[in-house]
Amino acid sequence: MGLETKPLSTLHEKSSYDVADFPVPTGREEEWRFTPLSRLKGLHDGSLAVTGGVVVDVEAAPEVRVETVGRDDARLGKAYTPSDRVSAQAYSSFEKATVVTVPKMTAASRPTVITLRGSGAGAAAYGHLLVSVEPMAEAVLVLDHRGSAVYADNVEFDVAEGATLKVVSLQDWDDDAVHVSHHHARLGKDATFRSFVVTLGGDLVRLSPSVSYTAPGGDADLTGLYFVDEGQHLEHRLLVDHSVPNCRSNVTYKGALQGDGAHAVWIGDVIIRAEAEGTDTYELNRNLILTDGARADSVPNLEILTGEVAGAGHASASGRLDDEHIFYLQARGIPFDEARRLVIHGFFAQLIERIEVPELRERVLSAVEAELAR
Amino acid sequence: MSTLEIRDLHVAVGDKEILRGVNLTVRSGETHAIMGPNGSGKSTLAYAVAGHPKYTVTSGTVLLDGENLLEMSVDERARAGLFLAMQYPVEVPGVTVSNFLRSAITAIRGEAPKLRDFAKELKAGMEALSIDPSFAQRNTNEGFSGGEKKRHEILQLELLKPKIAVLDETDSGLDVDALRVVSEGINRFRGLGSSPGEHSRASGDTGVLLITHYTRILRYVKPDFVHVFAGGRVVEEGGPELAEKLENEGYEAYTAKAASA
Ligand SMILES: Nc1ncnc2c1ncn2[C@@H]1O[C@H](COP(=O)(O)OP(=O)(O)OP(=O)(O)O)[C@@H](O)[C@H]1O
Ligand SMILES: [Mg+2]
Repeated sequence: MGLETKPLSTLHEKSSYDVADFPVPTGREEEWRFTPLSRLKGLHDGSLAVTGGVVVDVEAAPEVRVETVGRDDARLGKAYTPSDRVSAQAYSSFEKATVVTVPKMTAASRPTVITLRGSGAGAAAYGHLLVSVEPMAEAVLVLDHRGSAVYADNVEFDVAEGATLKVVSLQDWDDDAVHVSHHHARLGKDATFRSFVVTLGGDLVRLSPSVSYTAPGGDADLTGLYFVDEGQHLEHRLLVDHSVPNCRSNVTYKGALQGDGAHAVWIGDVIIRAEAEGTDTYELNRNLILTDGARADSVPNLEILTGEVAGAGHASASGRLDDEHIFYLQARGIPFDEARRLVIHGFFAQLIERIEVPELRERVLSAVEAELAR
Repeated sequence: MSTLEIRDLHVAVGDKEILRGVNLTVRSGETHAIMGPNGSGKSTLAYAVAGHPKYTVTSGTVLLDGENLLEMSVDERARAGLFLAMQYPVEVPGVTVSNFLRSAITAIRGEAPKLRDFAKELKAGMEALSIDPSFAQRNTNEGFSGGEKKRHEILQLELLKPKIAVLDETDSGLDVDALRVVSEGINRFRGLGSSPGEHSRASGDTGVLLITHYTRILRYVKPDFVHVFAGGRVVEEGGPELAEKLENEGYEAYTAKAASA
């Protein structure tokens, strides 16, 4: 636990659009050491043929503008510059990008749903999405990943002054999918960002949500829920970079693991730079290990370079179901399986309540149910 | 008619023996009080009978209506008609009181109550114990005050209607009014006094084993028998007058006896 030998801030210094600027990872690097590279199917070294295979389907709110653009669109890559090999590979390989714009002073009347459906894990696919929320605009966005794919992508959330963006990203892939993704939110003055990540399916999912601030008053909540089954590797790497004063962030990720070889990785990096006085941040990760053979790696890192924070803290805990909880429920006649189900439900319940879209709440609840019934 | 029969019960935590041959029989229609010094093993007895995994029964038997409770899982014991109101009720994060109680009622009665019936029953039960309706949506015991937790235990007692109830210091930490409210709940369960629900048992149908340090609850919930517990076993038995004697004279006579035994 604690800081690595190298300060956090230097770990995240490198960024480039060029794949050649990042050596092929060997697995010894700090940012790759938890990821089983052999299961990336070549996403990290470009060895897999590219034939696409992820179909993007957008159901937009009427107030929202959706475009499919080419690589040369000047708006792309402004909010985010790739920070590792796979991200740069995705950036230099995608053919079409989706640009979603919420015009200024507009509140979208319903969620915009983007479904990304993979048609097979035999070839690599790359994607790019830019969501631009103009000043004082408000929108809810759903990213729904389904099917099977070997997919790497970058998502830019550009949330302008006074704007609000709420995103739900569901990784509900088939069992053989591989997905490596960066979600970067750039927040303007007084912008609000709410991210809710749900990762359930896929052989390997590595999702890196990050946040940066360009002016004071930015407010980010990053919430995540994952359920790792036998043989799955689900990795979430959070980075919140506080570089301007008086911004807020909260990271809450919770996961349950069951089955042999179930592996969860959670990295929570928060940097509070010297200029970022008045920062208020807290990050939490909890893992519920339901069976033997499952493993959770949880690494919160908080680097504080200013003496003037409003609040900064982190917590991480991984453990078994609490025998006392189960005993109490069983002592009231509730059978063990049902007691276990109630407690696990309870573990996730307060998180699920935060999902902005009621239909998705239902879907996530029933997905958790289905996991428990396995 | 029901009978809880504890015979020569020995219980250990780890390799430490705590109960050293407990004999006790509780029949429906009877109320037994157990009094004894701190650390004498009263809660251990309660937990061991309920089947808490921390406690190992090394010998002896516990029968409920002739059935061996020790061979049953914790939930089977509860469904067989045993209830334990805990000295320290457990906080269960994320599980609301309403959801918890509905699951418990479903398990005990063998079928899910209709939502509307359940809501009515819950409301009446809470009202009778002066529990604010907002508690239904709170997480089970989470952030409840000591007294609120105890009232919530008695709410469960009244809703689940077991055959035999073990109440472990349900009176501890209660203010004067709460003590009265909780005692009334126990008396309704005993079949004395009015009942808020329609599922109540006829008078004399239930048995109570009440663990307490104080005679003040015994003024409301009158015991038929009082047992003195010391050194992991029952060392003296008597009627209600024994409680008064203990309150005046303390346990010294018995702890000496237990130590030399
Ligand atoms: N997990 C444990 N490990 C070691 N000793 C234990 C454990 N649990 C209970 N004990 C011991 O067993 C003894 C009996 O405890 P118990 O809780 O049954 O007492 P009690 O009579 O209910 O006391 P009180 O009146 O304070 O509630 C005590 O000495 C206690 O320290
Ligand atoms: Mg006790």
